[in-house]
Amino acid sequence: MIGPAGHTGTWAAWVHRVSGILLTLFLPVHFYALGSTLESAAAFDALLVWTRHPLIKFSEWGIVVMLAAHLGGGLRVLALEFLPWRDWQKGLAAAAAAFALVVGLAFALGL
Amino acid sequence: MNARAQTLLWAVQRASAAVLGVCVAVHLATMVYAIRGGLSAAEILSRTQGSAGWFAFYSTFVLAVSVHAPIGLRSVLAEWLGWHGRGRDAALLALAMLLAVLGMRAVFGVFL
Repeated sequence: MIGPAGHTGTWAAWVHRVSGILLTLFLPVHFYALGSTLESAAAFDALLVWTRHPLIKFSEWGIVVMLAAHLGGGLRVLALEFLPWRDWQKGLAAAAAAFALVVGLAFALGL
Repeated sequence: MNARAQTLLWAVQRASAAVLGVCVAVHLATMVYAIRGGLSAAEILSRTQGSAGWFAFYSTFVLAVSVHAPIGLRSVLAEWLGWHGRGRDAALLALAMLLAVLGMRAVFGVFL
């Protein structure tokens, strides 16, 4: 269930869902690429050369941000479901967004 | 699916989420650390080959996500595509197995 339009929790639920779907689509490719190329260092290094393409780098960055957003959103869900309700929990969606931003910046700095 | 099975799936989803919370945090930190100065196969393999700790970590990570992603997708398929029933659950079971097999293949690839 997603929730009423315009509500912070609705935004958080959308981000959580869409990031989860995209991560699920990415995983088989990620596993297959790692499993196939790490058998030979040369093949893996060839894959790494391919990932230096700006569009691929940007996609990688997007996946990392989605992973961070899904983690932050997931911790929010666990806190809402398992902890007794407190007012600070209203700030969890913002905290998750801030966390995804921080991870995105840290990753971008290393690229 | 009966209420008991639904409850079990809900509990498994939360339990796998708790495991993945730790795994993803470690994975993100490792990535941010590892990409500094560029990645290479030699660098990754020097960290993982023969390391029981990384093998246990990535095996746990792969198996937890193989359970978590299909259960998450299950609600999406029902709510957005109206896909219910055995056909959907069989497809999701196949997805779980695909993720587990491809994931463990990658884990063995970096460990051996």
